[in-house]
Amino acid sequence: MTGTTQSHGFASHVGHVMRQNPVTMIAFGMLGLLVFCAVFGPALVPHDPLASGARILQPPSGEHWFGTDHLGRDVFSRVIVATRLDMVISVGAVALSFVAGAILGCAAGYWGGWPDAVISRGLDMIMAFPLFVLAMGIVAALGNTVENVIYATAVINTPFYARVVRAEVNIRREAGFVQAARLAGNSDLRIVALHIFPNALPPMMVQVSLNMGWAVLNAAGLSFIGLGVRPPTPEWGIMVAEGANYIISGEWWLAVFPGLWLMFAVFTFNLLGDGLRDIVDPRQRR
Amino acid sequence: MRARLVGARLLQAIPVVIGVVVITFVLTRALPGDPAVYFAGDAADEASIQQVREQLGLDAPLPQQFIRYVGDLLRGDWGNSLSTGQPVLSDLARRLPASLELTLIALLLSCAIAIPLGVMAATRPGSWRDHLCRVLVTAGVSLPTFFTGILLIYVFYYLLDIAPSPLGRLDFLYIEPAPVTGFYLIDSALAGDWDTFGGAARQLVLPAITMAIFTLAPIARMTRAAMLQALSSDFIRTARAAGLPRGRIVYGYALRNALLPVVTTLGMVFSFALGANVLVEKVFAWPGIGSYAVDALVASDYAAVQGFVLAMALLFVTLNLIIDLLYAVIDPRIGFDAT
Repeated sequence: MTGTTQSHGFASHVGHVMRQNPVTMIAFGMLGLLVFCAVFGPALVPHDPLASGARILQPPSGEHWFGTDHLGRDVFSRVIVATRLDMVISVGAVALSFVAGAILGCAAGYWGGWPDAVISRGLDMIMAFPLFVLAMGIVAALGNTVENVIYATAVINTPFYARVVRAEVNIRREAGFVQAARLAGNSDLRIVALHIFPNALPPMMVQVSLNMGWAVLNAAGLSFIGLGVRPPTPEWGIMVAEGANYIISGEWWLAVFPGLWLMFAVFTFNLLGDGLRDIVDPRQRR
Repeated sequence: MRARLVGARLLQAIPVVIGVVVITFVLTRALPGDPAVYFAGDAADEASIQQVREQLGLDAPLPQQFIRYVGDLLRGDWGNSLSTGQPVLSDLARRLPASLELTLIALLLSCAIAIPLGVMAATRPGSWRDHLCRVLVTAGVSLPTFFTGILLIYVFYYLLDIAPSPLGRLDFLYIEPAPVTGFYLIDSALAGDWDTFGGAARQLVLPAITMAIFTLAPIARMTRAAMLQALSSDFIRTARAAGLPRGRIVYGYALRNALLPVVTTLGMVFSFALGANVLVEKVFAWPGIGSYAVDALVASDYAAVQGFVLAMALLFVTLNLIIDLLYAVIDPRIGFDAT
């Protein structure tokens, strides 16, 4: 009974925020488009993204909406097909850092003492690096593959999640409901995982959507400088890098369309992050 | 008292530096495959690989290797770059001023735009100016730096032809100023060579704008939040009640107090800026340490990449240290522990 009223309250709150903030609604629509492209894009695009053709460096036309590149490949098809790979990299990285951050943050926040000291100092060490530079170093050390780009992006994002979780867990460590659960004979692990951690989920969700845009940018940036994804695989960062060679001779469509699409994706996640923050915690809006 | 605070903050930096060195050491040892095989070259047989391994000390236990690594770093031996054949440390030192000049100019530019923008948004919260500021800032942080750079090159170099070709710090027409600081703007001004100064400034404009756009967002957001807080505090209400002019209240009282949290966020902004620096340097063929690292990455020149990562981290730690020290100088109320 309480559950239904609560969820009803939440739903109406979400509805209220949405009406107040049409930008968030638009952002959800944009996200839908991105997901649609990632799932169905490869099946729907008009041309094979890898097939080179005789008509090279053609400006945008009815046949090739975004023009063709230096090998005669259709830029539109490549941009759309790349959505899936870029999403997989950034979602994978964010999911990994979410899990790692949750575990580390719970351990540090619940037990305190030396585990807290070790984990916090370790995270500080990561934060002591300029993060993109650390990601470059990690990929260089582990080897230049897509998986390692995911791991590197996950590592540099983990401290943000861990800090959020640590703070949320720490303030609830001695809360009444936790002590009740402890008296009822629950193990520490069970208390942390089932009683305390769910309270940290809302701020973590906000962190996720704020972080997604950044993860997309990072992954594209790494492949722009030649790490991770390799040509001829369609990927936004690589396409912009290849297009950069033609921009000074005026073939703008090679770099501009993948760049715009990348920007669209990042913009979507940033708008969503702002909107979600309003839904989860109206006071924090700034 | 102040000296003790500064000393304590300096001490706090030591474990961070140690941590940075530990992480770079781990990255060194996590090289794909066996470093000995790598350094011995393609034609090496089993015996010479073993020899290289002993030579590099790779057969020693890890703690011993670590001590050796730290010793090498302290002696200034950061290894040799395979692609340039020079010691990594001297390569980095030669290219660092180019990166610093670009980053600092970009941050100055960014602050010059973001702080007034944040103040404007905060003085009229909820107005169209506030929303405009929010959209601009979100758009700015959504623009991939490398893409902004390419777009600017296309518009200002190819279409309008008012920017110089995006190739490095100085056109061939000009002679490099005598290196004093390594900053072309300062060096040419010192030498009184205003032609070169203009040339260097023209080359700097586009990359600096590219980086500034990316770093606008955190500064503008923080300024807005801090200004909102400052404007709602008691002393502003008193100042308003006393009938002080509006400009005096906003800029003389509120902004001065709001700047303190803005200074602290500069640390995070530096992290962004140093990362973005790599991409911007690549786009504009800027001869700084970022493009050096990118070239080294492509050539699998690991000593150079690791040297770069370590140098960037040390630079970042130093900058954060300076910011914290500045903070204590600006605001006498706050010690280093109260954050």
